[in-house]
Amino acid sequence: MTADVSSSQPLVELKGISKRYGDLLANDHIDLTIERGEIHALLGENGAGKSTLVKILYGVIEPTEGQILWEGRPVAIGSPVEARTLGVGMVFQHFSLFDELTVAENITVALSGNWTLSRVRERLGDVSRAYGLALEPDRAVWTLSAGERQRIEIVRCLLQNPRLLILDEPTSVLTPQEAEHLFVTLDKLAADGCSILYISHKLEEVRRLCRSATILRGGRVVGTLDPRARSAREIAAMMVGAEIGEVRSGIPHEPKGDMLEVRGLSLAPADVHGQALRDIDLTAYAGEVVGIAGVAGNGQSELFAALSGERTVERADIIRIAGRACGTEGIDARRRLGAAFVPEERLGHAAAPTHRLSENTLISHAAAEVSRSGFILLNAARRLAQGIVKSFDVRTPENDPQARKLSGGNLQKFVIGREIIRRPKLLIVDQPTWGVDAGAARLIRQALVDLAGEGSAVVVISQDLDELFEIADRMAVIHQGHLSPLRKVTEWTKEAVGLEMLGEAQLHGASHAV
Amino acid sequence: MRFELTPRASVAPAMRALAPVLAFITAFLIAGLVIWLLGRSPVAAFQVYVIQPLSDPWSIQELLVKATPLALIAIGLSYCFRANLWNIGAEGQYVIGAVLGGWLALRTHGTEAGAWVLPAMLVLGILGGALYGLIPAFLKTRFGVNEILTSLMLVYVAQLILDYLVRGPWRDPKGFNFPQSVTFDPAATLPTLGEASRVHYGTVFAVLAVLVTALVLGRTLFGYRLRLTGDAPRAARFAGFSAKNTTLAVFAISGGLAGLAGISEVSGQIGQLQPSISPGYGFTAITVAFLGRLNPLGILVAALVVALTFIGGESAQILLKLPLDLTQAFQGILLLCVLSADALVSYRIRIVSRGGRK
Repeated sequence: MTADVSSSQPLVELKGISKRYGDLLANDHIDLTIERGEIHALLGENGAGKSTLVKILYGVIEPTEGQILWEGRPVAIGSPVEARTLGVGMVFQHFSLFDELTVAENITVALSGNWTLSRVRERLGDVSRAYGLALEPDRAVWTLSAGERQRIEIVRCLLQNPRLLILDEPTSVLTPQEAEHLFVTLDKLAADGCSILYISHKLEEVRRLCRSATILRGGRVVGTLDPRARSAREIAAMMVGAEIGEVRSGIPHEPKGDMLEVRGLSLAPADVHGQALRDIDLTAYAGEVVGIAGVAGNGQSELFAALSGERTVERADIIRIAGRACGTEGIDARRRLGAAFVPEERLGHAAAPTHRLSENTLISHAAAEVSRSGFILLNAARRLAQGIVKSFDVRTPENDPQARKLSGGNLQKFVIGREIIRRPKLLIVDQPTWGVDAGAARLIRQALVDLAGEGSAVVVISQDLDELFEIADRMAVIHQGHLSPLRKVTEWTKEAVGLEMLGEAQLHGASHAV
Repeated sequence: MRFELTPRASVAPAMRALAPVLAFITAFLIAGLVIWLLGRSPVAAFQVYVIQPLSDPWSIQELLVKATPLALIAIGLSYCFRANLWNIGAEGQYVIGAVLGGWLALRTHGTEAGAWVLPAMLVLGILGGALYGLIPAFLKTRFGVNEILTSLMLVYVAQLILDYLVRGPWRDPKGFNFPQSVTFDPAATLPTLGEASRVHYGTVFAVLAVLVTALVLGRTLFGYRLRLTGDAPRAARFAGFSAKNTTLAVFAISGGLAGLAGISEVSGQIGQLQPSISPGYGFTAITVAFLGRLNPLGILVAALVVALTFIGGESAQILLKLPLDLTQAFQGILLLCVLSADALVSYRIRIVSRGGRK
């Protein structure tokens, strides 16, 4: 607990909040106190349990255990409506606005009670002036920038006079200037007595804004502290876990020719929530596992799309697979060069949920023997699916089930198995063990290491640092679309990786010169 | 209180087969109720709608004649709908197919042009429909314009083009100012199947289209591509299928088949161009495609059933003085019942009391 001098009761106190999903404990006895008029940061990596906790506070999900005290009084927040009545406002990371409606209309439709368009317009002016949230009430939303759209969401909350405003990764879609503008607004709001819960994984802004921060890791509170009083290094260590993972003991690899070579890859984001890639260099040699660490949303999915050919780049020689320049070629052509890919999303991206496993083998048809001159070889597809099920220990409820009937871990084993079974020269995997049980995760990691051992190059994009320390030979960190230099895993410490993940490496001289 | 649909863990195959039968019975019961409320006997109506057309050889021929364009167009639409693309403009593609094919018939009218005319007309019909179908597809892939709106609006453009042509440049000079073209020469007329029959070769095309489509959708990579695009678009992109090419291909196919239906109807059935060459086949075919659950054989059956309601509806209008709108209402009821039955087979309805918590 912070030694806050405020004499009055805290606004909100969470006591022993837990949320269990099956075997997974997303929140494990979390205590959190938010004082009146304070900007409190909730820090943590993706999957640390931040979103779960916030959804509990906003009434979206119910805690399995624990108590919420609002001004000292126990409350049950059963729905977002109840949360708003209590005085909780929330600005989500992804906006919920109607593009075709105007600013004022968007605000009016979302407000409950007797709000009319003219009253909204009137109050919009007051709030905008008071907090520097400039908005033209009659502009259509589709003409606005991301920062302006966020202002609508904030104003929408403010019109209901919230006591507590929750912001989920608010700067992820903002330019630095827009972010600074937001900080000024938040400072003013706090000065007026509104409490703010600020969720972020960006240390820099948390230190700019907050005097107290609660750090989550693996669903637990690992510390409540004043972010200005501690070093970035210390906080980073708390976020990612200080203990160094077990480095895999293996034969040191001799570089045996590069399977993947990326030179100066830059790519504009596909949409407002996307991240641009900036001048990425990356090489993967035959026989090694290359790890790419980073907090989600720093360009991992964009990097995967560019490497796989789901998005092509303007010059062929930016990306070479097995020595062939293929930056302008699509995913099929790259598969034919001997590459294989496993995207992050299992259902809907790697596999079609309502299709049988045998049909799902057709997704990598360009490189698998499941079709001939445009015709499907049904028996070959079935045999292939059975082969994958057997060699990768995929547990299925029936023979050749629909993909959606498999558990996450089993489906992941299937989609990774589908690619590994044809021994690709290069395998690129995005989040190989995300949301997968421990047994399946071990099997998948072993399969990736074995594939590299047989002389393939494997690139693993992962948020799980322990995983990367366990299986990678070389590693780099992606932060805001920029990739740090690749270094041997033995040369990295968790601390250094943590600083790179937070974009603090240059500031603290803990790492390299770009 | 609200309703929630939760997927059933497993569905008995018997139930799936029985669902359309139950849907038909329900639709007939609802329609019977409506007819009873209109003060007519539901039993007599059933007699006129269903029994009579099926017991008379003339009306069975008529049934095939009406089912032919429906099946051809609906088969084409099934390519689009499977890929989750909404071609609502088959009526327009049908008309343009008829116009382009009909143009050749009019150009060769009165000349000694030989046996090449008819096949060339059919090819032009397919081409016309395909090109016209490609307009909304191109607008969608190039500019992101919603294909539902453009394909629908282009129907009216097509109809007005036809209207202009038969009232203006293509009008029969000896036709007493009626807005219609000359009657096609025998060389430009699609032959019937057998003497004194009204069933023309279009029916053969429809059956061929059904068989080829069954093969394409079930056995080829292209068919899989459509299913994957419809069911999981991101997975389709991951599989290397370009959404753009898929869109262009299915619109060309469905437009082409609608165009073939149009030229077959004009040269095999009507025998000339006139302002109206379709009682809305292009729109009714959407119903047919979904009644047949986008399955080629199902579509064939659905086309026959819907054709039956057309013929039954005409007789009911004459014999029972029932409004023709009732036929369209019945087609709608039938579609709703079939879709609901399908949903109820795969999902279970749960009534949730307020809030739905716990």
